[in-house]
Amino acid sequence: MVFGGMAVVAAGMLTVSAVLAAETSAAKPTLGPTVKTFKGDKCVEDTDYMRRNHMKVILHQRDETMHRGIRTQKHSLKNCVDCHADPKTNSVLGKDGFCESCHVYASVNIDCFTCHTAAPEKNGQPPKAAGPAGLMEKMRTSAVTGTANGNQP
Amino acid sequence: MSLSRREFIGISGAAVAGMALAPGLRLVELARARSPEEAVTRLQRWGLLVDIGKCHDCNACVTACHEENGVTSHGRPATDAQWIRKVELKDKLTGYVETLPVMCQHCAEPPCVDVCPTGASFKRIDGIVLVDKHICIGCRYCMMACPYKARSFVHEETTNQKPHAPRGKGTVESCTLCVHRVDAGRIPACVEACNKDGNKAMVFGDLKDPHSEINKQLASAPTTQLRPDLNLNTGVRYRGI
Repeated sequence: MVFGGMAVVAAGMLTVSAVLAAETSAAKPTLGPTVKTFKGDKCVEDTDYMRRNHMKVILHQRDETMHRGIRTQKHSLKNCVDCHADPKTNSVLGKDGFCESCHVYASVNIDCFTCHTAAPEKNGQPPKAAGPAGLMEKMRTSAVTGTANGNQP
Repeated sequence: MSLSRREFIGISGAAVAGMALAPGLRLVELARARSPEEAVTRLQRWGLLVDIGKCHDCNACVTACHEENGVTSHGRPATDAQWIRKVELKDKLTGYVETLPVMCQHCAEPPCVDVCPTGASFKRIDGIVLVDKHICIGCRYCMMACPYKARSFVHEETTNQKPHAPRGKGTVESCTLCVHRVDAGRIPACVEACNKDGNKAMVFGDLKDPHSEINKQLASAPTTQLRPDLNLNTGVRYRGI
């Protein structure tokens, strides 16, 4: 009986650990956004820095370009799009798009692409998947249903 | 060649000013092509000269502008954006008709900048008048202030913008003098098209460079600004109105 009981406990523990293992392996791919780069090995800055500060970098560059005519490629939004746009959709938007997937995950509204194109300059093709209008639609509906609350007015 | 006293003083003054005080240090910086990391300076003021005598029934400048900047029509002329348009002038006595392109006149004293409540409408230091759409709230005061009706409000969601010309619903826009081209040392799309497919009626150049083609042409024959009574000192000049 004793051995039998231990065997049951052991079997139970094995099952639990198996379930846990299954859970973690199944949950892993869905954790976090899809962040893919399609061109080049390395971003213009360290990944950690860009995760925290990309908005400050493009905000600074925006004013420099608009008002002072400084058009360096390095920190420009155009450069972001050129490297990060998915060649399949030709866009940084869409469900798995570099910008949109992360912004949806973080519930942060993204305003850039209501005016700026989400397609890289090189190909010159309009984005096939969710365009700017599609993204705005998504943001609006998700804000209404409460799955994402944009922090932008 | 004989020099007047005044010319002699002018030339020698310029020579002295242009001389280097020390290597890399000058009293007056020489105008030269800019690299991308350099800011614009007040050494330039960009301008356009349109010769109405040569401008005929042709739409090359308008087509080229809207193609270059991704300004598309929704088939609703009342609300479609237009950065440049052809205006017809008819002499009622004689029936003579002339046409001219009208776009943002890039005033030295732009009324649109005076009235803008947010600072979105601004004049770049090299004389190009622009809308910073990041700051524009779409109030349209500038459209009311502009005597040339040069600005348009974007009424509808835009798609397929050009990477160099972002456009978005709820902001005001107008001719940028193809600032992205000018910054790269090129000429505006309208001028390029006019010289290639049109009647070679447009000249683009630096109004502050005494040797530029536009200045030579301005000096050689009478030209006028539109509504000169407003004293706006426009960057776009016309000949033969």
